[in-house]
Amino acid sequence: MTTDHGGDVRLTGISKTYGSFTAVQPLDLTVPEGSFFALLGASGCGKTTTLRMIAGLEEPSSGTVMLGDQDVTALPPYKRPVNTVFQSYALFPHLDIFENVAFGLRRRGVKSVKKQVGEMLDLVQLGEQARKKPHQLSGGQQQRVAVARALINHPKVLLLDEPLGALDLKLRRQMQLELKRIQTEVGITFIHVTHDQEEAMTMADTVAVMNAGRVEQLGAPADLYENPASTFVANFLGTSNFIEAEVAGRSGDDLTLKAGGGKLVLPVSRCTASAATGEKVLVGIRPEKISLTHADDAGTIPDGRNRITGRVADSSFIGVSTQYVIESPLCDAFEVYAQNIERDSRLAPGAEVVLHWNPAHTFGLDAAQDIEAGAAKVEEDAAA
Amino acid sequence: MPFVRWLRRNLVVIAGLVTLGYLLLPNVVVTVFSFNKPKGRFNYEWQAFSLDAWKNPCGVADMCGSLSLSLQIALWATIGATVLGTMIAFALVRYRFRARGAVNSLIFLPMAMPEVVMAASLLTLFLNMGAQLGFWTILIAHIMFCLSFVVTAVKARVMSMDPRLEQAAQDLYAGPVQTFVRVTLPIAAPGIAAGALLAFALSFDDFIITNFNAGSTVTFPMFVWGSAQRGTPVQINVIGTTMFIVAVLFVLAAMLLGKRKNKAV
Repeated sequence: MTTDHGGDVRLTGISKTYGSFTAVQPLDLTVPEGSFFALLGASGCGKTTTLRMIAGLEEPSSGTVMLGDQDVTALPPYKRPVNTVFQSYALFPHLDIFENVAFGLRRRGVKSVKKQVGEMLDLVQLGEQARKKPHQLSGGQQQRVAVARALINHPKVLLLDEPLGALDLKLRRQMQLELKRIQTEVGITFIHVTHDQEEAMTMADTVAVMNAGRVEQLGAPADLYENPASTFVANFLGTSNFIEAEVAGRSGDDLTLKAGGGKLVLPVSRCTASAATGEKVLVGIRPEKISLTHADDAGTIPDGRNRITGRVADSSFIGVSTQYVIESPLCDAFEVYAQNIERDSRLAPGAEVVLHWNPAHTFGLDAAQDIEAGAAKVEEDAAA
Repeated sequence: MPFVRWLRRNLVVIAGLVTLGYLLLPNVVVTVFSFNKPKGRFNYEWQAFSLDAWKNPCGVADMCGSLSLSLQIALWATIGATVLGTMIAFALVRYRFRARGAVNSLIFLPMAMPEVVMAASLLTLFLNMGAQLGFWTILIAHIMFCLSFVVTAVKARVMSMDPRLEQAAQDLYAGPVQTFVRVTLPIAAPGIAAGALLAFALSFDDFIITNFNAGSTVTFPMFVWGSAQRGTPVQINVIGTTMFIVAVLFVLAAMLLGKRKNKAV
């Protein structure tokens, strides 16, 4: 239908307002061709609205949408070379699976659809179900029909709006791998909207974390996890511990920080805040990066590690790991995850311990932010 | 005691059969008396078996003319009310416009208002406008009161429809017209069909409103009413029985169709 320019999805200054409510703040975003891109955020953060603006189902209040070098901002959805997998699938209930999948081809005037539909149904392993109606399939099968119905049109971009939200956990894991496999196989750009950070990290090459209509941070999953740029990202992706500290000085590539009575070291490259001497920063550290040593053995801890003393307040055995909550003068609930390799039976609630970690795993953030940002929302979504 | 136990087990079935019998008894009487050979003008007492009326259903002067008129009016009223009612229902569900709330409640008035009142006010309107009473005034009146039933039936269906289905159609290269024809209409079809059937039945057997606005035109219900005062020809029973059988056949066909659809998938 349209001549193929290939290329990236580029959003420039795109925004959406409803009356006085701004769903999406003006934002620039480039999704490279052939990548698996995830828009991650809590409900109401503007991720779905952004997706719908790419699909053409929502008209942007400002900005442009480019597919390759084609400006599609003014095109209605049926003229855009993109297809969507809707939340709860939106399969046509009056058509059977075959006709659902053939719908897009027929609308574009393709005469013989049989072979293509058959191949597509085989790709999603539903060849046997072609003559069934959508309501006769299970949730996972319906989901695959929705993917097949969109993919058969060979769109430049496939948009997925929380496609796995309605599935149970086990099926969701399975479908994540399945979608990833299909994406690798067809090589089409996937833009995936989700509120599930694990889902985003498992599937996507690049994740954009959205919050209140803005992109907070964009990067590869590991990069986002190891180097969060804000407390929101640090809390939304996994768990983080924060200590308020003051910059005491700089030596080489490291910053020396004062926290309580102790001293911490933070590599300059891992601090996103301006860090002049005397300024406050938030020191962050992931729970699994911390080692616990009983206070009696404090002498065995190698030099050069950041250390904090505290007392075990709680410990819960999870199987692969044990999760400790440590009370310390610097932070009243320090979370520490320890692999159950060699368990120290002395580390029971009440035990005095030393927490220590490699300074390279420390990250520094601007102290002006809310330490809890993003944390509560994760729990809300988990409950929902 | 075994009898009580049997009764207890089958009470629901018995109640169902008794109710069905109560509903069907009048039809049975009508059917039986369509084979009667009455003495005199009234067909109220069983005399002797005869196929006369069935052999010559249009044997009564003017009856088949009025029947055909009624069928025509019912057909056009159904088409008019269904087309308009479907559009109104979509407008009410899908769009926000001024006076939407008012329209939403006004549309129910014809259902709630006593028919005589509506009939009389329609007649006043027609007379004031100087309209000639007859086919057209009857048709306009019928479309008017059928409209609310169609709107109600279609609205329920449209309201339960997921707007994402139409978005999905658009996303899959269907333009506005294609989306309506391929997705919206087929999904709304059961509601529209229900509304249309209701409209046909209501229009065909309406007497009060028609009687006020018919002028010298005579529809089938008016004919039956008129002849009931002078004597009831057996042919009326023949028509009644035929209508009943046609309706039953329709229902059976719909049921079979539904069953086959379910089996095919």
